[in-house]
Amino acid sequence: MPIYGTALLAACLLVGVSTGKLLGALLGIDADIGGVGVAMLLLIFCSDWLRRRGLMSPPSENGILFWGQIYVPIVVAMAASQNVRGALGGGVMAFLAGAVTVVICFALVKILARAGRNQETSR
Amino acid sequence: MNPIVEKVLADYGLLTAFALVGLTMACAYWASDKLTRGRLHGSAIAILIGLILAAVVGGKKGVADLPVLAGVGLMGGAMLRDLAIVATAFGVKLEEFARSGVIGAISLLAGLFTSFLVGGLIAYAFGYRDAVSITTIGAGAATYIVGPVTGAAIGASSEVIALSIAAGLVKAILVMVLTPFLAQAVGLDNPRAAMVFGGLMGTNSGVMAGLAATDPKLVPYGAMTATFFTGLGCLLGPSLVFMINRALL
Repeated sequence: MPIYGTALLAACLLVGVSTGKLLGALLGIDADIGGVGVAMLLLIFCSDWLRRRGLMSPPSENGILFWGQIYVPIVVAMAASQNVRGALGGGVMAFLAGAVTVVICFALVKILARAGRNQETSR
Repeated sequence: MNPIVEKVLADYGLLTAFALVGLTMACAYWASDKLTRGRLHGSAIAILIGLILAAVVGGKKGVADLPVLAGVGLMGGAMLRDLAIVATAFGVKLEEFARSGVIGAISLLAGLFTSFLVGGLIAYAFGYRDAVSITTIGAGAATYIVGPVTGAAIGASSEVIALSIAAGLVKAILVMVLTPFLAQAVGLDNPRAAMVFGGLMGTNSGVMAGLAATDPKLVPYGAMTATFFTGLGCLLGPSLVFMINRALL
């Protein structure tokens, strides 16, 4: 049943966010430290474990896949509910932060892809 | 608008949001197909439309400040947003990623720290001096997901979160547009280079659209490392990077 997948997904997020908040409290920060990241790793491990035991049926998977597929629309809704007018004052900064990062990363693609190829041929 | 219809739209706010966002997506994918011949990915256009609508309405919560569209705030709020992000990790096979070698992990970390460093330095150059804002804008230079997730976790202002989304959006659009032109120059013509590319750029829609416009066969390789980027960024941004920035300032 799709609800099994959605339940697993929701449980992973709840555990992840709780872990993140507890970790934050432990470090004296009133913040969620990496809760989403922990939830993602949990989901990968749990779904892999369930699949290897044959407990992950396609309908159950659909209960997870649906939410992954609706991720772009949710990001669109998130963008539409941001304080954009407040951000427009710093338009140049946002552009530079994005653009300079892209230019440097393109240069790094060339360097690291070549390093990867050397690694492969030396094996 | 008829007050009875208006009340229905407000009371069933989440459904209003689904319908409105669905319509936005349809327009965006149509425009992507017909006006840019697929060069600019539909998702990027849809996000751009969302940001423009939020700017036009001009509220602190964007279009969600209108009672009729309050459901957009729920749809794009922390709960469903985090649920959807975690769901995208489903289907990523750890074995497949491990087989791609150490270089994938190195490119992931290199891409993340380059983003946090460059975004943070530019925020500093524009006068931000608090660790929360600098980390959030650096996170935005990672992706438009890492920015708001990090910002929300460490308590950044809505303005700074919007800036981080804008930085991530600039990055996504530039990756989409520039990749087909720069692919040959940077040697992006094999699966391994595509994994490095996905790890360095990280922006999912940018990487997927950029690779699709370059060579569709490379898409899954880039997407595989890019899928880890946002998760790792969400893990490192509010924790390690925030603590480093706080110690430096």
